[in-house]
Amino acid sequence: MPKSLFDIIGPIMAGPSSSHTAGAAKLGGLARRFVKDDIASVVFYLHGSFAKTYKGHGTDKALLGGIMGLPASSPELRFAFDLAKQSKIDYKFVEADLGDVHPNSVKIEVVGSDGKTTVISGASVGGGAVKITAINGIKMSLSGDYPAIVTHHVDRRGILSVISRFLAENGLNVATVNLFRSEKGKDAFMIIESDDDFDDAIAEELKREVQDMIDVFIIK
Amino acid sequence: MAFQSGNDLLKQCVEEEKQIWQVMLEQEVEQSGKSTEAIEDKLDEVLEVMFKAIDTGSMNDKRSLGGLIGGEAKRMLEAIENGQLNYLPANSLKAVAYSMAVMEVNSLMGIIVAAPTAGSCGVLPAVLKYAQEQFNYDKQTLRIGVLTASAVGYLVTTNATVSGAEGGCQAEIGSATAMAAAALVAMRGGSASSCLDAAAFSFKNIMGLVCDPIAGLVESPCTKRNALGTLNAMLSADMALLGMISIIPFDEVVDAMYKVGRMMSSDLRETARGGIAACPSAKAIEKRIFG
Repeated sequence: MPKSLFDIIGPIMAGPSSSHTAGAAKLGGLARRFVKDDIASVVFYLHGSFAKTYKGHGTDKALLGGIMGLPASSPELRFAFDLAKQSKIDYKFVEADLGDVHPNSVKIEVVGSDGKTTVISGASVGGGAVKITAINGIKMSLSGDYPAIVTHHVDRRGILSVISRFLAENGLNVATVNLFRSEKGKDAFMIIESDDDFDDAIAEELKREVQDMIDVFIIK
Repeated sequence: MAFQSGNDLLKQCVEEEKQIWQVMLEQEVEQSGKSTEAIEDKLDEVLEVMFKAIDTGSMNDKRSLGGLIGGEAKRMLEAIENGQLNYLPANSLKAVAYSMAVMEVNSLMGIIVAAPTAGSCGVLPAVLKYAQEQFNYDKQTLRIGVLTASAVGYLVTTNATVSGAEGGCQAEIGSATAMAAAALVAMRGGSASSCLDAAAFSFKNIMGLVCDPIAGLVESPCTKRNALGTLNAMLSADMALLGMISIIPFDEVVDAMYKVGRMMSSDLRETARGGIAACPSAKAIEKRIFG
C-alpha cells in the first residue's frame, strides 16, 4: 500500500522503466554504500529480465551510474559510460543465470582502489523498489527505504548489547533490527533502522569502539 | 490512509463537505508530517518535471534507446501548426502529441514522473497541459488535478494493480487514464462522484487491453496507448461533466478490471511472449536489438 501520494505520482526518474532503470540505479547506489574506497573496476552479472532487456532499458547505464553515486532521477545516468571512462573505472556486463532468484536480479562484483573485492546481490522488485539480498555471500534483506546502519561484525556472544547500548548512548532510537550470519562464530551483518538520521561520524566511532567490529556502513 | 475504497472516499467527501483533492492533501500532511506548503512545493515540482518533459519531447528528433520510436510528437505538432489536419480537431491532437512527447523523453532515459508508472507517464502530463492551455488554469487548479489523480491511483493500487506485469495494459494505461480523467473533471469543478464516474468510464473503455511491448521495451505499442489514453481521459471527463453516471460503481469496475487481469495469460502481461510482441515482425526486431 502506498505511503504517500508521491509514491503514486512519482518517482521523478530517468526513463524508461521504474523496475529496469530507476530500480537499477537505486541498486547501484545501495551497492556503492558497501564500498568505502574509490572503485577501480566493477562487473555486473545480469539475471533474467535484466539480462534479456538491459540494453534497451538502459539498465546497464543506470547500474553503472548508480554505483558512481548518481540518483535514479539524474539526467546524467544516460552518460554513465562516458563518466566511468573519465573516472577510469573498468566496467563489464555479463549475462548470467543466478539461480532461483527474482527475474530482475543482479550480482555486482566491485574491486576498490585498495584491491578489496565486495560482492553485492540484489533485485529490483517493482515500481523502483529494490532489495539487497546478499553481501559477500551472506544472505540478507535491505530495502534502503529507511535510514539504516549496517554493521559487519564477528558473531560472538554479547556484541548486540554493546552495539545497542552504544546507539542508545548516542541518542538513536532503534526502530527495527535484523541479523544475518554466515555460520556460528563467523561473519555477521546487522541492519538497524531508525527514525533518527545516522551520520558518518557515528559509523566511524562504532567501528572504533566495539571489539570485533569489522566495518560499519550508513545507508540513507 | 483513512479511505480504502471509492465508496469510503465519496462518503468522507460528503460528510466533511470536501472535494477529493482536499481529503488527499490533508491525508498527505498527516501521513508525511510535512506542512501543506511543503506538499504544494512538491506538487509544483512534479508539474514542472511533467511540463518540461513535454517541451523536451516536442522538439525531439532522436530515436529511442531501442530505436522503435522517436520524432513522432514533433512531426505531429508541426502538422497541427501547418493545418494538416484530418479527423481530430487541432487541440485534441495536440494533447495526444504531448503524451507521445513525454514517452519519447522516457525512452531516451530523460527525466519523467512515473504517473503511475514510467510506461504510462504520458497521459496525465498531456491532459494537464492541454487543460491549462485551453482554460488558462492557474497553479492551484493544476495541483487540484494532480491530487485528484493521485487519489484514483491510490484506490487502484490499494484494491487492484497499476502494473502491466500484473494486470495488463488495461491496468497500467487504464490507471493513468482513469487518474487523468478524474483530474480533468476536478479541475473543471465537477463533483467527487463525477470524478470517480469519469475514472470508471476510462477503465470500461479499455478493459481487457493486453501488455505486449515489442522486445520487452517501453516503446511500442506503449507510446500509441498513451496517445489513446489521453483521448480516452478527455472523452471520459466530458461524459462525466455532462452528468453521465457510471452504471457500475467505480469500486466494482476496478474489481472487475483486476479480475480480468488475473484471467489473462502471463504471455499477455509484459512478458513480450504474446500479443503484438509475438508477431513475426516484433520477433525480428527483438532479434535485431538483443541478438
